[in-house]
Amino acid sequence: MSDLIKAKGLKPAPKNGGTPPDASRRAFLGAAATGAAATVAATAARAASPDPLITDLEQQPWTQYLGDGVDAAPYGMPSEHEAHVVRRNVEWLTADPVSSVNFTPLHELDGIITPNGLCFERHHAGVAEMDKGSYRLMINGLVDTPMVFTMDDLMRFPRENHAYFLECAANSGMEWRGAQLNGCQFTHGMIHNVIYTGVPLRLILEEAGIKTAGKWILPEGADASGMTRSIPMEKALDDCLVAFKMNGEALRPEQGYPVRLVVPGWEGNMWVKWLRRIEVGDQPWHHREETSKYTDLLEDGRARRFTWEMDAKSVITSPSPQAPITHGPGPTVITGVAWSGRGTIPRVDVTLDGGRNWVQARMSGPSLNKSMHRFYHEFDWDGSPLLLQSRAHDSTGYVQPTKEQLREVRGENSIYHNNGIQTWAVNERGIAENVEVG
Amino acid sequence: APEAGFGLGRPALEEEVAAWDIDIRPDGQGLPVGSGDVFTGEEVWVERCAVCHGDFGEAVGRWPVIAGGFGTLDGEDPVKTTGSYWPYLSTVWDYVHRAMPFGEAQSLTDDEVYALTAYILYSNDLVDDDFELSDENFAEVSLPNEDGFFMDDRPDTELSVFTGEPCMSDCTDGPVEITMRSMVLDVTPDSGVVTEA
Repeated sequence: MSDLIKAKGLKPAPKNGGTPPDASRRAFLGAAATGAAATVAATAARAASPDPLITDLEQQPWTQYLGDGVDAAPYGMPSEHEAHVVRRNVEWLTADPVSSVNFTPLHELDGIITPNGLCFERHHAGVAEMDKGSYRLMINGLVDTPMVFTMDDLMRFPRENHAYFLECAANSGMEWRGAQLNGCQFTHGMIHNVIYTGVPLRLILEEAGIKTAGKWILPEGADASGMTRSIPMEKALDDCLVAFKMNGEALRPEQGYPVRLVVPGWEGNMWVKWLRRIEVGDQPWHHREETSKYTDLLEDGRARRFTWEMDAKSVITSPSPQAPITHGPGPTVITGVAWSGRGTIPRVDVTLDGGRNWVQARMSGPSLNKSMHRFYHEFDWDGSPLLLQSRAHDSTGYVQPTKEQLREVRGENSIYHNNGIQTWAVNERGIAENVEVG
Repeated sequence: APEAGFGLGRPALEEEVAAWDIDIRPDGQGLPVGSGDVFTGEEVWVERCAVCHGDFGEAVGRWPVIAGGFGTLDGEDPVKTTGSYWPYLSTVWDYVHRAMPFGEAQSLTDDEVYALTAYILYSNDLVDDDFELSDENFAEVSLPNEDGFFMDDRPDTELSVFTGEPCMSDCTDGPVEITMRSMVLDVTPDSGVVTEA
């Protein structure tokens, strides 16, 4: 039955319609961009001849033949025409793909929720393959009773649901010295935003009973990197979650299955995956990931430590280098995401001329604490070059700074916490490039 | 379990805590009894570490540099090593013991970790070649950059500065110019990036 339906041999539409299914995304975009430049504003253009995608039944086999049954895909995957929407890595960034990072394809996503299979990954010793039955969580240190919990135990605590962004502290870190990587997937894609289901860490700590002297916790992962970070007790008791679901389903293995720590608004490194132990202590541990790494070197050779919060940030996801304008002049949608580790994003400003003049973008969708926000700006593009930027405001009154403003305070070697304003230069053909402006 | 909670979970046994609680603090809390000298450390280093980190901690290829880099932190290309950057020796012991060698973590004995830590000190010119490190003299060793770190000061230096109603129109004297282009570098992976029509 489905032989008839798997119509992969579809011919490309001869004229102005449809995506040639067998063409690569890149070739398609390139061709479309050329077409757009050649045909001036196609707005409400009258068709010269009937569109075969409408008039020719042979080009619409889905209209005539049966499709897959409900038993074909017990766990569904995206359309094959979305095969280009994938995580990507940058080989030269790290010495090894096991202690490395890949990037969320922000340029292809919309709304505020990141699909689980596209959430960027950052491992220090690869993905620990654990099963729920073997899972144990230990609480020890300055507690009344050191405790061990199984997965079944965790599932009997009261649960909460929250959407939070997780941003790697090194997101945009390659851009401190200037425009380097060409695409928001690479410059801003060490981030994802999902709805977590989990138990407030406070409830689990209280089960063991925190001693008065207990001022810090040390969460530790079960993977071979034995990831550890020191977190002040105030944060642990405030909004941290011991999470076991993301977007409704179990955590993906690469996101810490079966259990990870959620540390809202704070740098991703602290969200310990494959969480196996939490120690309570009276002072921080100063472990490798909070001394050698995740400390921010300033120009005078001294370094900030414990830079936990991720400051307000935004990026235009389309147009962007991987998502050029392909339709030519006329009505054009600018869209992007904004977030802050210190609250919500009530406002985003957008500029088309590199920061000379700004307009307020239109926020759309839920505005949740320490979660991604989606913004849009619709305008009539006249086909002239653009210098696009977005500027986030968070609920504390903080306004996203330029990269130059950040460099004045920090220099160029701090690696982490680059929340500077991003510029995309869009040329007459709609092609976008990562640039710096002055 | 304490009276206040839900009565979930069970008390951890001493042996269980001992098996998982391996963390070390700057004040030495958590250090096991043991010792190791530079010469022993060199032997272990050559066998277990040098293939990635080089015979003298200088690193092979893109693997992390362990030694040297002194005086580079305020320069253009800082070399951040255990000697030039790390604040505490306890972090070296803890991290080597918990996570190294890469791909075979937690395979070193406590004495081997003491010896390797002594060798790392030696390769950074911080001790003589007859130095022996143990749980007893551990606290006497301090690293050069211990005072090189300070608590996040963004609340004082940045948050108030980057606040307030920003300029909305005619914010620059004239048109804005492009000063740097990523296409010149051309280091982005090919997949998915549209460069020219």
